[in-house]
This record gives sequence, C-alpha cells and structure tokens, in this order.
Amino acid sequence: MDAQFEPLIIGFTCNWCSYRAADMAGTSRVKYPANIRLVRLMCSGGLDPTFVLKAFTCGADGVLITGCHPGECHYIEQNYKALRRVRLLTRILQPMDIEPARLMLVWASAAEGVHLAKEITQFVEEIRALGPLNWPLRTRVIEKPKQAAQLVEIPA
Amino acid sequence: MTTQSRPKFAMYWAASCGGCEIAVLNIHEKILEVDKNFDVVFWPVAMDAKYKDVEKMQDGEILLTLFNGGIRNQENEHMAHLLRQKSKLLVAFGSCANEGCIPGLANFSTQAEIFDTVFSTPTTDNPEGIRPQFSYAVPEGDLKIPVFNPVLRPLDRVVDVDYHIPGCPPESHQIAAVIDAVIAVLEGKAELPPKGSYLGVGQSTVCDECKRARNVKLIKQFTRIQEMQQIDPALCLLEQGLVCNGPATASGCGALCPAAGAPCAGCYGASPGVLDFGARMVSSLASVIDERDPRKIDIVLDDLVDPAGSFYRFSLAGSMLGTGKASWNGN
Repeated sequence: MDAQFEPLIIGFTCNWCSYRAADMAGTSRVKYPANIRLVRLMCSGGLDPTFVLKAFTCGADGVLITGCHPGECHYIEQNYKALRRVRLLTRILQPMDIEPARLMLVWASAAEGVHLAKEITQFVEEIRALGPLNWPLRTRVIEKPKQAAQLVEIPA
Repeated sequence: MTTQSRPKFAMYWAASCGGCEIAVLNIHEKILEVDKNFDVVFWPVAMDAKYKDVEKMQDGEILLTLFNGGIRNQENEHMAHLLRQKSKLLVAFGSCANEGCIPGLANFSTQAEIFDTVFSTPTTDNPEGIRPQFSYAVPEGDLKIPVFNPVLRPLDRVVDVDYHIPGCPPESHQIAAVIDAVIAVLEGKAELPPKGSYLGVGQSTVCDECKRARNVKLIKQFTRIQEMQQIDPALCLLEQGLVCNGPATASGCGALCPAAGAPCAGCYGASPGVLDFGARMVSSLASVIDERDPRKIDIVLDDLVDPAGSFYRFSLAGSMLGTGKASWNGN
C-alpha cells in the first residue's frame, strides 16, 4: 500500500470504561496513533448504527467501537446489544463492498489503557493495509435529513 | 371551464413499474375532480403526448407534476431536468422517486453484473453474448438508445424536488387527501405546506398502526413466512421470528401487510427522525435477539437471509451509503 496513507479512524468509546482507558493511556504516557478520533458515548449500547454509516460516508476509513467487558456494563447488559449490532451491521456492510475488518469492536475496562492503546495501534495498521475507503457518495440524508417537523399529516 | 384557465397537470414514470399510475386511478371517482380542476397535459401511461410537446411549453407552465420512478438512465435524467424546468411543483411520487425502491436494489451490483444477469443467464438465448450498444452506426446514421447509468438515483439527487409522497405505491386514500389539499389551495382555502414536506404519511411507525399484540420481544430464531407451519393471527410478527420492517417504517398505510399476515416490507420509507432505514433495522433487530455469546449470535443471524436486501428493499438508493462501492462509477 501507499506508505503515505494515514487512515482516518472514528472511535466510539464508552464513558464508563474505554474512554477512561484512553484517558489513562494518556496520563500514563502510553502512545497510540493520532489517526483515531474518539467520540464519547454514555454506553456502547447507545451506539446507533447510523453513526457508523455516517462516519464511513463522511470519510472515515475505519470505525472502532469500544465498550465494557461482558458482564461489566454500567447499564447491566447494553454492551451485549452493541455486540449484536456490530455483528449484524457487518453483514449489511459486506454487500456495500465495505470490508468487515473496517468495523471493530473492542472490550476495554477503565484500567486497561495499555490494552486499548495496543488495540488502537493494531487497528490503525490493519486499516492502513486495507487502504483508503474513499466512500464516493454523499447522499441527501446527510445534507438534508428528513425532518419530523416537515411531515404534514393529512387525515385519511 | 376552458382548457386555458385550468392549471396543468402532468405525471411521468422513469424507472418504475407503473403501480403508481394504477394507485392514482384507484382514487375512483375522485379522478373526475382531477379532470375538473386540472388540464392533464402529459401522462404517457394514460394519454398520447410527446416529449417535444413538453419541450415546447413555457418554463413553469405545468402547475403540478407527479414524478414516479428512479433515475436509471439518461432518458430518465433528461425528463427529470425537463419536467423540473416546466413545472411549478415537482412531486417525488412513490418509493422509486423518493428512495429508489426495488429498481434501486440493482445498486448492489455493477453494471457488468446487471447486464450479465439480463443477457447471459442459461435461460437466455444469446450465444454471441450481444450487449446493448448505446450508440450504433448503421448506413442511415447513428442509432442511439439512452445510456444506462452505473447506479440508480432517487429524483431528489438529480433535481430539486418540492414535495415527497412516499409509498409503494402511495395508498389511494393518501393520494386523494393530497389532491383535496391541492384543490383547496387552488380555491384559495388553504396554503401550500412548506417546501420539502412529506405528504400523505404519518408521524410514527407502522408498529404504531399495527393491531397485533406486542409483548417483550426476545428472539432466538428468525424464520421466513414460507417456513412457518402456522402464524398466530393476533401476535406481533417479529415476536414470531419473522423479519418485519415495521419498527423502521413510516406509518400512513394503516399497517395493511401485518394485518394480512405478511411482515411489513418497508415501502413507506424511514419513519420521521430515522436517517437510515437499514441502520434502524439493525438497531431494532439486534436489540431483541436473545443471545449473548458471539457464536450463538452468529447462528441466529445466519437465519437472516440477505439482511442488507431485506432492510434496504425499498430504500437502498436513498440510504446513507446509497450504493455498493463497486457499482459506483462516477455519477
């Protein structure tokens, strides 16, 4: 692949574990590549698959979703929901010619700064090997989302 | 009234099946109201009129154009631009014009794959592997047929659209209500809704209109309707393991399919607030699968035949990704 290619990765992190793990990596001076842009969610279960699709259409080469280890979710079991969503979403992305490896789910607790940094580094290298996604199309839903207020209901 | 004083009405089909036209005729005697209030100047399915008749019109001469069908080839594209120019109000009518519908599913395939399927399957007698030539030289001159675009686009990705009426086809009572509203505007009794409005749809989802009983959804196995011995007539179809697109689909149809025992296919498009139909279905189905082990989750998901095609059955071309990447080739 092109040695100059720097992938753009969007990372959705859970407030209670992996966002703090990234924080910990920072305070512990553990380095991970700057290719990833972290977005904090309250929970990996709050991840709407729309976020992932939007990231891909808006220029992301990969999307990383991180959550608490199974059984450790702050909201009891929402990370299992995230797991099922990611596995189903991967099956949607394949017919669109988006490689399954571009979407990854990682469990990282608040104490695992080193583990998260290692996973991020590895993911960036995998995406670098896959090459740029360069999604060709910016559809209207990004530019002009269908507004609920615009809907006019006409009684039957 | 004389022909001159009545506002002009047009209806056109691009890449579509003709069901939208039938839905318009299904408004029964209300079609007489259309005839009374409008001068139908262009409607290829119903009357004889030529493209050159439209080309001769003044800009904005047609008051209302219902445009159904997606933009599949250069002819569709030409007519979309022409009718936009000649119409005051251009309405994306039906699922195809709004989000691609069934013809839009071709966006999963490249142009070569589509042509192979049409012209080279074992049941097609085409030993020389002939493919359409968009331009072909004969002694009399060049013969041209409309160029086939690499991907299908909904109408509003090609031209500016004033209103949207979704549905495959739009329900006749919804069409009748829209026609009543337009006539009320003509008579000065009402104002036009804001530009960009979705007309003839509800504010909620099909599930909200569905009469079936809903309990806690915990699904261990998905099935298909032809594999079921018996369908509970009163219970939510999703709870019975059928993939029903109701949770993501805009209301407006009265939940006709679930009432008849068939899962919602999603023809009315995404409900308000939903940006991507497939993403919403991924979200709702993944939430109700009653498994936590990755391998067992995959076993449940293996029962879903063609999830992308099922979730995006009507909305692929209008979805966030819009097309398979390989199909995309610059338009």
